[in-house]
Amino acid sequence: MGKAIDLMPGTLDLLILQTLVLGPAHGHTIAHAIGRQSDDVLQVEHGSLYPALHRLEDRKWIASFWGTSENNRRARYYRLTPAGRKQLTRETTRWDTLVTAVNRILKPAAGSGT
Amino acid sequence: MSWLRFLRRSRWDDERRREMESYVDLETDDNIARGMSPDEARSAARRKLGNATLAREEVYQMNTLGFLDTTTRDLRYGLRVLLRQPGFALVAVLSLALGVGANTAIFQLIDTVRLRTLPVEAPEHLVRVSVNAGDTGRTGRFNSSYSHVTNAIYERTRDRQQSFSSLAAWGPATFDLATSGESRPAQGLWISGNFFSTLGVTPLAGTLIGPDHDTAACGQAVATISHAFWQGEFAGAADVVGRTIRLDGHAFVVGGITPPSFFGVDVGRQFDVALPLCAERQVTGTPLHALNSNDWWWLATIGRLKPGVSLAQAGAELKALSAQIFAETTPEGYTTGDAENYRKFVLEPLPIQTGFSTLRGQYGTPLTLLLSLAGLVLLIACGNLANLMLARASAREQEMAVRLAIGASRWRLVRQLMSESLIIAAVGAALGAWIAHNLSGLLVSFLSTERRPLMLDLAINWRVLGFTTGLAVLTCLLFGLVPAMRATQTAPIIVMRGGRGITDGRNRFTLRRALVIGQLAVSLVLLVGALLFTRTFWNLAHADVGFTTEGVVAMDFDLRRSQIPPEAEPAFHQLLLERVRAIPGIAGASAVSITPMSGSGWNQSIVIDGKVQEGYPNVNQVSGNFFGLLDIPLKSGRTFDERDVLGAARSVVVNESFVARYLPGVEPIGRTFHFEGRQDRPVTPLHIIGVAADTKYSDIRQDMGPIAYMAYSQDPNPGRSFTAVVRATQPGLSLAQAAVATAAQVHGDMLVVTTPLQQPIIDGLARERLMAMLSGFFGTLAVLLAAIGLYGVMSYMVAQRRQEIGIRMALGAGRGRVLSLVLREALVLVVIGVAAGTGLAILAGRSAATLLFGLTPTDPVTLVASVAGLGLIGAVASAFPAWRAARVEPTTALRRG
Repeated sequence: MGKAIDLMPGTLDLLILQTLVLGPAHGHTIAHAIGRQSDDVLQVEHGSLYPALHRLEDRKWIASFWGTSENNRRARYYRLTPAGRKQLTRETTRWDTLVTAVNRILKPAAGSGT
Repeated sequence: MSWLRFLRRSRWDDERRREMESYVDLETDDNIARGMSPDEARSAARRKLGNATLAREEVYQMNTLGFLDTTTRDLRYGLRVLLRQPGFALVAVLSLALGVGANTAIFQLIDTVRLRTLPVEAPEHLVRVSVNAGDTGRTGRFNSSYSHVTNAIYERTRDRQQSFSSLAAWGPATFDLATSGESRPAQGLWISGNFFSTLGVTPLAGTLIGPDHDTAACGQAVATISHAFWQGEFAGAADVVGRTIRLDGHAFVVGGITPPSFFGVDVGRQFDVALPLCAERQVTGTPLHALNSNDWWWLATIGRLKPGVSLAQAGAELKALSAQIFAETTPEGYTTGDAENYRKFVLEPLPIQTGFSTLRGQYGTPLTLLLSLAGLVLLIACGNLANLMLARASAREQEMAVRLAIGASRWRLVRQLMSESLIIAAVGAALGAWIAHNLSGLLVSFLSTERRPLMLDLAINWRVLGFTTGLAVLTCLLFGLVPAMRATQTAPIIVMRGGRGITDGRNRFTLRRALVIGQLAVSLVLLVGALLFTRTFWNLAHADVGFTTEGVVAMDFDLRRSQIPPEAEPAFHQLLLERVRAIPGIAGASAVSITPMSGSGWNQSIVIDGKVQEGYPNVNQVSGNFFGLLDIPLKSGRTFDERDVLGAARSVVVNESFVARYLPGVEPIGRTFHFEGRQDRPVTPLHIIGVAADTKYSDIRQDMGPIAYMAYSQDPNPGRSFTAVVRATQPGLSLAQAAVATAAQVHGDMLVVTTPLQQPIIDGLARERLMAMLSGFFGTLAVLLAAIGLYGVMSYMVAQRRQEIGIRMALGAGRGRVLSLVLREALVLVVIGVAAGTGLAILAGRSAATLLFGLTPTDPVTLVASVAGLGLIGAVASAFPAWRAARVEPTTALRRG
């Protein structure tokens, strides 16, 4: 766990939306998916996921329903709404722009040069 | 953030809790699958989840409207604190409710009488046309307070003007529903054919009077009735349209009913039945009637301005039309001077969106004054509450200091303290609104008289609601804000160090003393007002009218349908008088043309030695026994007797004022004068045969002035109504039945009304009675509240200075000294308060000057009595705390301190 880093503010929303592109999932799955897909680099405190889910649902980017999990437990499932899909595209573009810009500053040599 | 979420936030919280439990279950399953023991698996799952409560809290905050949430909490806390001291809450709420209730009730009346627009279509475009007669005034016959124009003026204005889309006319009338026996009056309206269309009133049933009904031929006799009359007279019968009703004996077919909201255009009066103007000729039934008499003022106009036409434009147009209209309509019988004046009159438009009302002039000032009095009472009540809040605040000083010390913001604490005040104010205002609802109806019934019932629609509207809410907020701020600010301004360290801080010292006490001084001053103003109005009412009710009214009634016989030819009228009147005199149980009866003090009158300018005299002496015609019957002393000469018959030289008895004014220093008996009459009639000389003592004539508020009494028996045209004043042998004997029997006996088609002579006097004092009652009530309440305030502050002072008093006594101060110490403190407050109040009362008194009778606003007796009364009550209020101070046991006081 030594190499785990905390999330930048605002990025959790993006990650949740991205996770849900693959299909509906409940909080437990989402938390583990974020950890797993980032090779455990990104550590989400699992409890803090829930306020984020609540906020996204409040903005109508995701919708929720109670369903039954793989091992027959009641769980609240979340799925992406069309608005959420659009938001994901927007956020991803913004993220890419941000990363490119920050990289340009951090590694000027790799850029177009003088 | 949505409101829905806010209201369902606990449900959401529950949802999240379940969701996180589900997470733990799932994670536990996974952990077990990885080979952990169930217990281990679960606690590992919980660790993984982290702080679930924090997460839930975060969600909860997200769902919350921060301000609203804390406010709800504050209110809940405030309510708990209040309920812990229900006595305090009850007193606070009740005193506020009384104050708010009185204010709202009076405001409701003002709203109905002065502010509310007519319940018709677009009332803001309604305008009336009146005659501006300059200083000269109009001459002729007048029917009512709304006698603005004659029919001739109305018709010409209506036909020639271009400013109004339509111009209607109306006049109030009383129609008799009875055809014989006792009179049964209905409130009537004469209306032009375009009246309802001008106002935009649509029928509830049938058809309303329209232009077709108001023609020169007058066609079918149709009446429009009001919803109230339909309910009252016909019990809401479905088939009322088409039925016949008899008004003054004439048959009219009910054509339609107006909607319930339409009471007419006269605010305060509910019309029963309306007739077209053209029917006036038929109902009056004399050759000379209002419709064709150019000097008969009986109509008011109401018109609707054309879109885009301003009042000023309409005014200019009417002014231009005036000269020709008045030149064409100059009454024939006018004297040269009257005619000259008449032709100078100018028509002018006046806005009338709030309707016509005599109430407005009569009650406008009194109601405004009463509202200010009620406002002052509320102010005193607020003063008491502020004082109570201050006392409570110092009791909670420790609590506040602790909360400030552990980081509460001052604003937050003020808000919390204010929420208590808000609860008191809100409950007080709600209760006050309920009181007002009942009180305003009661007020209206006080002003209503049998002959002129007052009908006001007192429905609550946004203005009244706004007023009450405004009052609640204002009072809340008044009594809540300062104590709240005070309670939170002490530096925590001072309180926490010593337990008792500087706030108990002079500073806070000065404020409380200032409050009490203010209360005493204001209550003195109210006390003076109460005494002034009560004494005004007493003065009027006991005013000497110069004759006996007790046990005297006026019997009015309506002979209009008796078909007596005019030349037979004098004999018929004589016969009727004799029949009335034959009624058993009466001391006597005299015919009168004008019933004394009934409000109606007759005055005429006189000519002595060929010179027209200043002023208009009042005139009456009476029988010879009039003076003896009503105990009016005859000062010299004789009264009328058998010599004064029709055709003989006309005799007249004048009163002392008449002699003093017109015949000073000469022997009046034997002198003659005559009335200034129409130019086309010969003058009739009047010979003075006697002088009677002065009496009042028609209005109790007027001074005794010149009166000329002529002999009733010498009137060649006594007319179609006969009135006799009748004195019963013992007061209280009802003569109404006897009058009806007499009428039936003499003629089948005759109506009679019996009214005690005192009735119109009492009815005429409705305004003064209201003022006396309400100002008396307010004054009592104010003094009571101020006394409570003084008592409270003195008790508080004694409680705070217990220790000091104990030390003083231990050092040898006697009980008498302690008593006088406290009383002196109280005396200072009372003296300053009373002095300030006297000044205020003298200043405020001016606004009441016109409403007083028989005394001035600075009446010394009233002022002295008020000061003495308040001083006495102040002494009583401070005596108990002083007595308690003197009973302090030095040892206990010192030990406790």
